[in-house]
Amino acid sequence: MKAFAALLDRLVLTPQRNAKITLLTDYFRATPDPDRGYALAAIAGTLTLKTVKPALLRELVLERMDEVLFRYSYDYVGDLAETIALVWQAPEDMRANRSPPLGEVIDALQAAGRTEVRSLVRTLLDRLDASERFAFLKLVTGGFRIGVSARLARQALADFGGVDAMEIETLWHGLDPPYVALFEWLEGKADKPEPESRTIFHPVMLAHPVEDRDLAGILPTDYAAEWKWDGIRIQLSANGGNRRLYSRSGDDISHAFPDIVEAAAFEGVIDGELLIGTASRAGGTTRSFSDLQQRLNRKAVSKAMLTEYPAFVRAYDLLFDGNEDVRAESFLARRARLAAVIEQLPSDRFDLSPLVPFDSWDELERLRADPPDPVIEGVMIKGLQTSYLPGRVKGPWFKWKRNPHTVDAVMMYAQRGHGKRSSYYSDFTFGVWTQAEGRDVLVPVGKAYFGFTDEELEVLDRFVRNNTVERFGPVRSVLAEPDKGFVLEVAFEGIARSSRHKSGVAMRFPRIARLRQDKLPREADRLDTLLAMID
Amino acid sequence: MKPDQLLYPTPKGLYCEAGGFYIDPVAPVDRALITHGHSDHARAGHGHVLATEETLDIMAIRYGADFAGSRQVATLGEVMTINGVTVHFHPAGHVLGSAQIAVETGPTRIVVSGDYKRRRDPTCLPFEPVSCDVFITEATFGLPVFRHPADTGEVAKLMTSLAQFPERAHLVGAYSLGKAQRVIRLIRETGYDAPIYIHGALQRLCDFYVERGIDLGPLEPATLASGGKRSFAGAIVVGPPSAFADRWARRFADPLPIFASGWMLVRQRAKQRGVELPMIISDHCDWDELIATIEGIRPGEVWVTHGREEALVRWCALQGLPAKPLHLVGYEDEGGEA
Repeated sequence: MKAFAALLDRLVLTPQRNAKITLLTDYFRATPDPDRGYALAAIAGTLTLKTVKPALLRELVLERMDEVLFRYSYDYVGDLAETIALVWQAPEDMRANRSPPLGEVIDALQAAGRTEVRSLVRTLLDRLDASERFAFLKLVTGGFRIGVSARLARQALADFGGVDAMEIETLWHGLDPPYVALFEWLEGKADKPEPESRTIFHPVMLAHPVEDRDLAGILPTDYAAEWKWDGIRIQLSANGGNRRLYSRSGDDISHAFPDIVEAAAFEGVIDGELLIGTASRAGGTTRSFSDLQQRLNRKAVSKAMLTEYPAFVRAYDLLFDGNEDVRAESFLARRARLAAVIEQLPSDRFDLSPLVPFDSWDELERLRADPPDPVIEGVMIKGLQTSYLPGRVKGPWFKWKRNPHTVDAVMMYAQRGHGKRSSYYSDFTFGVWTQAEGRDVLVPVGKAYFGFTDEELEVLDRFVRNNTVERFGPVRSVLAEPDKGFVLEVAFEGIARSSRHKSGVAMRFPRIARLRQDKLPREADRLDTLLAMID
Repeated sequence: MKPDQLLYPTPKGLYCEAGGFYIDPVAPVDRALITHGHSDHARAGHGHVLATEETLDIMAIRYGADFAGSRQVATLGEVMTINGVTVHFHPAGHVLGSAQIAVETGPTRIVVSGDYKRRRDPTCLPFEPVSCDVFITEATFGLPVFRHPADTGEVAKLMTSLAQFPERAHLVGAYSLGKAQRVIRLIRETGYDAPIYIHGALQRLCDFYVERGIDLGPLEPATLASGGKRSFAGAIVVGPPSAFADRWARRFADPLPIFASGWMLVRQRAKQRGVELPMIISDHCDWDELIATIEGIRPGEVWVTHGREEALVRWCALQGLPAKPLHLVGYEDEGGEA
């Protein structure tokens, strides 16, 4: 448990992706089975454990501690698990005991009956040190957030074994904790495991963004175009009643979309876009990404949500037709099979992404600039004769996004960055003008921390340091008046209403497009302009 | 004389009316007794200062030789009399030169602990318990959540990280008096003998520690010239915590921010400061040390100052020990030299 606790302590405070991967791979290397597999499962969210109620933990700690002192402690720390980890005092004779390995802790928890949990938790808290207690309590209270996604954990596994991340993603959903066979393969001690289930995730084919001159080198006649929809890319697997919905990074999101899973009465693997609304085959409309967000990242989905925000799949491709792997066939051949599959499925839940006819790249560019539906964010360009290739291979597929929206906003707050940027003010909150109580005031509309070059960062940082009005810990408010301040051109992908923001709007993917030192804050945009952009 | 007539808090600090002196006054006074050299306890501009030799030297380094009208060395354990009030100094184990001050008249003895700790520190003398009627204790870490782990383990975290991230400059934030030298000494005790790079603000105090016989090994200024092309990759750099948020820190390759402080026990504290590797090393007592000290000294009464008074007062009450908070102002707590 010691190594696991030390790993978590580091991961929680490490912002850099590569540093996180180093911490994980070093841990996998130094830790035996089954501990490393359980740690991986805990981090990747595939570990199912009995949860322990906070009330029980509170009772246990108060068996030994004055309630007033506990309250002072909890008020100070603010997190129940952390408070208990710190204040817990083991009896003298327990302290010298060997701390149990992670695997032993998990086995004990899984074997414990309802009535045994209380004394088991007490005994474990006695046997662990403060850092281990914290890790343990986070595991059993379900409050496990350490800033490592399942995807990053899989990347670390790939680095650890020197294999491609796609190989891990393919295997991932066919394996279970503590992943002993997986680690044996990655260490070269055994063959690659072959999971039985055919509903495993298959690596997705990704497109390259269109760059200068890309289109000059290819012929429009060799390519088909489709709209690029603003939903999330998914993969839907159905095999003998076993159905799974995956995000494009291989996370299983079936539980959040029971409406889709229920409607998926086919055999095979579909690649498509998950959207909110009703499929076009039933004459429905496609709703915005912010509606989709209502249904994402939820553990459970209510009946009201299902009615109010119905989901459907706009199909792009077919990987398996029944049990037959069709990925090597051409785009056109796969699309014909896909059309036949979609035809059998409920018309409100599935439709086929339509092709966009065009004769020249110029014509396609015009279509891209003025799409027929606000939920379209550009076009996809796909080689007619190409097979379905996992990963981002340049050539067969391109994405050509609509130009982003831009707005001129005024820098209001700046915060110091992390890692390489820890001595720079590199996270900027920006605002636009609005009327309040008869005068113009700035209201914050977003935050951006990239889009600028290193040289531009120097300029921004210097402005912050020389124009600080107030400091709040790592945050500074900066001079932002009609005639004094810093105007930033902010680019973003979309804008939606938001009750969580004071301004009432939330931007998607905002970044600093340009520094507008040529403009005065009074020339920046107004909130009305942003409200008018809402789809 | 009742204890609270012998010593009582005033806006300038703890005052002994009979002796006509203040202890660790926060504003200039005629006569000051100083427990240790941290800037919130030792200020410049007093008429007369009585402190240990090391503390006087530290004040001279920080404020210049003319930091007070006159000064007098307090030898540890030596009994002195000021206007009929007896005073004596005893080691506090906080930083080099730190002392507790016992103040007595007739049968009443009060011990002002100043800042103190109980665990081993290779850079200063250990705390010496002095029996007394009233023990005035600090309470910087006076909450049961503060249980500082062994400092060897904390230094081991740094050494592990150096091996794991040899491409990154390891920037250790440590207060310039006491903590920096202790951390450097602890690093040396692991057998690490490569140069340790220090911020300019640490130079004179490190020199002073070395003069007093504390071996800090090879120290080099953390200037661009000494870092060379590698920009301190894989090196240990020690500096005051504030410097790491400053432009000064840009000379380092992919810096890994570290902070050696008792506050680092609380994860959210580390996160807020952007610390990636917290080292829980404190020059103050943790909760267990505070209560073990009070249990060991068994004073008639406990007065609690700067920090989380209420929890320690509550603990004393549970033990049936009279205790009260002593509301002194002007001492740094949050983010101070802890």
